[in-house]
Amino acid sequence: MIGIGHYVVVSAIMFVLGVLGIFLNRKNVIIILMAIELILLSVNLNLVAFSAYLHDLVGQIFAMFVLTVAAGEAAIGLAILVIYFRDRGTIAVDDVNRMKG
Amino acid sequence: MIQAIAFYLFATMMITSGAVTILARNPVHSVLWLILAFFNAAGLMVLAGAEFIAMLLIIVYVGAVAVLFLFVVMMLNIDFAEMRAGFIRNAPLGVVLGVVLFVELFVGILVRSAGDLAIGNAASVSAVPAGLSNTAAIGALLYTHYLFEFEAAGMILLVAMIGAIVLTHRQRSDVRGQNVSKQVARRPEEATINVKPEIGKGVSL
Repeated sequence: MIGIGHYVVVSAIMFVLGVLGIFLNRKNVIIILMAIELILLSVNLNLVAFSAYLHDLVGQIFAMFVLTVAAGEAAIGLAILVIYFRDRGTIAVDDVNRMKG
Repeated sequence: MIQAIAFYLFATMMITSGAVTILARNPVHSVLWLILAFFNAAGLMVLAGAEFIAMLLIIVYVGAVAVLFLFVVMMLNIDFAEMRAGFIRNAPLGVVLGVVLFVELFVGILVRSAGDLAIGNAASVSAVPAGLSNTAAIGALLYTHYLFEFEAAGMILLVAMIGAIVLTHRQRSDVRGQNVSKQVARRPEEATINVKPEIGKGVSL
């Protein structure tokens, strides 16, 4: 039967896919942001699975807060991406050092 | 039985679409696969009994975040072939790191199945109340014990919204905008003149 172990393995695979995505697409910052979303999704899945396993609602409350931060992070990241593109005409980020103080 | 089939369906679909998200050549395809991954994750959460978080995932991620990604990908005119240049070069490091990470996580899961560490007793501080739906139970907990955290989350969203607007707003000098206060302050006396020219003569303004 399906247990907590299945959920944990699935979210571990998703987490690793997200980390792999960051490393494979070092140039394309859009894919990097999507990979971060995948990582946060796997964390949410883990929180919800343990919430169901422990019969404790706090996991789902925490998943909501993770969701909030993920939405804010995506908005700010894409805004920075848009002004970077407007400035440079490219989104290649493997040599970003302009934002150094 | 039917739950097991649904679980494996959602899990394989989610992992496949997650993999295609990071491997697709075209970022627009990546976004669409990401949406599919979110849908399947929502399915997994419904199976675990968390309907509210599942619906929130669809509304927030698919409805807002993924569409935001789609807009940005389509707005920026990018040469995507050139973006793929470092893919092969970075692949070995990424694969090694991914394998190490996954093996570590998997070993952790296997070890845990041998028995818990006696760190503490997981006394359910906020047990699921009987006879309440998932959404009602979350609401009852969120608006009482977690009220300040909930308001802090609202502040985070407000700061993110103001930050995104401030970052992307720009004053363009090449377009002519409307100066409302100047328009409102204009009086008829200074805008028009009344002349009565003789017939056949012109008017000098």
